[in-house]
Amino acid sequence: MKSGKFWAWVVFIVGAAYFFIPLMATVEFSLRMRRGVHSFDAYQIVLGDARFQSTFLYSVIAAVFTIVLGILVVVPAAYWIRLRLPQLRPIVEFITLLPLVIPAIVIVFGYIRMYGSNSPLPFLASNMGANALLVIGYATLALPYMYRAVDTGLRTIDVRTLTEAAQILGAGWSTIITRVILPNVLIAVLSGAFLTFAIVIGEFTMASLLNRPAFGPYLQNIGANRAYEPAALAIIAFAITWGCMSLIQILSRFAPKSANRPN
Amino acid sequence: MTDLTLSNQAVTTQPAPPNEATAFRFPMQWIGVAPFFIFVLMFLILPTIYLVLGAFQNGDGQLTLDNILQLVSDPSISASYWVSIKISFWSAIIGAFAGLAIAIAIVRGGLPNWTRSATLTFSGVASNFAGLPLAFAFLATLGRVGIVTTLLRDVLNVNIYAMGFNFLTTSGLIAVYLFFQIPLMVVIIVPAIDGLKKEWGEAAATLGATQSQYWRMVVIPVLWPSFLGTVILLFANSFGAIATAYAFAGPALNIVPIKLYSQINGDVLHNPQLGYAIAFGMIVITGLANVFYIWFRTRSERWLK
Repeated sequence: MKSGKFWAWVVFIVGAAYFFIPLMATVEFSLRMRRGVHSFDAYQIVLGDARFQSTFLYSVIAAVFTIVLGILVVVPAAYWIRLRLPQLRPIVEFITLLPLVIPAIVIVFGYIRMYGSNSPLPFLASNMGANALLVIGYATLALPYMYRAVDTGLRTIDVRTLTEAAQILGAGWSTIITRVILPNVLIAVLSGAFLTFAIVIGEFTMASLLNRPAFGPYLQNIGANRAYEPAALAIIAFAITWGCMSLIQILSRFAPKSANRPN
Repeated sequence: MTDLTLSNQAVTTQPAPPNEATAFRFPMQWIGVAPFFIFVLMFLILPTIYLVLGAFQNGDGQLTLDNILQLVSDPSISASYWVSIKISFWSAIIGAFAGLAIAIAIVRGGLPNWTRSATLTFSGVASNFAGLPLAFAFLATLGRVGIVTTLLRDVLNVNIYAMGFNFLTTSGLIAVYLFFQIPLMVVIIVPAIDGLKKEWGEAAATLGATQSQYWRMVVIPVLWPSFLGTVILLFANSFGAIATAYAFAGPALNIVPIKLYSQINGDVLHNPQLGYAIAFGMIVITGLANVFYIWFRTRSERWLK
């Protein structure tokens, strides 16, 4: 057992070195813009860049719309499958896994061909349409995470009893979903939302191929043309991802733990 | 946005009293899942089918196998598939075993508790830290003027670039991809290892099993399906990844997703049908990987019974 513990330490330390050396080196590199001294110049330049602000804002807005769309698509379906159509569960689970199998670039290629300006549904003919298509594409990418998060949340509440109680009190379906089910799975939905945010914020492939002024293409542009700013951007991106994940962890402490009657 | 508002209305304006007549029951059943199915049909399934059908047609819409054959006959395309498969395969295998080792170390290795929570938190972040920022981080570390490169050169007098190191080689990209592959494995496999009950080890020991027999006959068969499933996921994960590699070399690097990217942007091939075929090939490869997974899993599940 003693040698087992020794090897566990070896594995842990080697792993930690592989992950921490690049991060520390990136921090160090990002501080080196001014010759001879450490400074936050690279960060100042990046954060002061008007293109940074506009593309970042664009991506934040896209992420918010993605989350709303994801909730609208996933929550009613996951709820309904738990309540009435459990036989559909394997099919829906399979479908929600597809975006992990079909690469994002293939999905967006399909969009470009199917919803081009000459198609019956010309999303790409207008700016707003292209924005909408980007949000739709992001919602597709986030589908596996959103569905799993919501489904896990629904598992911890007694969907059937809550629904029946609401119905007895005279609630319609929209009331049931927005005022009974959604508040109960809110924490799960928010976890899915923050994960979606982390995935979407720096996404490059879809934004670039749909020609959107998003944060991902901006990152690519800076990466190709500057030396120190990309390192600063990498640290900023890491901090954003870290923030999203921490929020998910904090939220999970508030999530209901017990499954009253697991289906 | 048209379909979005449509699907909204489908949910909100749906009257559906609790117990309607049986005759209306069937369509009502489906209305709750309709937005979901319309969404995935329009924006996931149909676009994919569109590309797959296009791969078997020429510019005039006639059926042909030329596009598919060109994937094999065009040396630069077949080479790009080969490079992509190699990178994805090895980054998945190495990432899976390294992730498994770390997971076993923190769950079973008798390390202090903080290592476990720290590793899990960090893995959650690192598994989502991919794309362009990841490339920037590695360029700052091991690029030509990166911190570690210069440290090695100035302190140890080792010039890694003179030794043939390059991000644009297969092994260079694998090393970078491991940064998100290993954490993803850790995140998925730790719950599976947690699922190994203490009683099983005790039962095995009571029956006189050695440590290696316990691993071979209990631990590995139990972990096998989730391990294999994650390997497949890691494979697909790196097979479709484009941003990291693109940040290193732009369109110059010859891997499938970049090939397709350039084709869509109209840089190189000028033949949309060939683009369909490349996309089709990508779906086939990740799809095949999943078929293998399902096949293995049913086998191992049958065995587990």
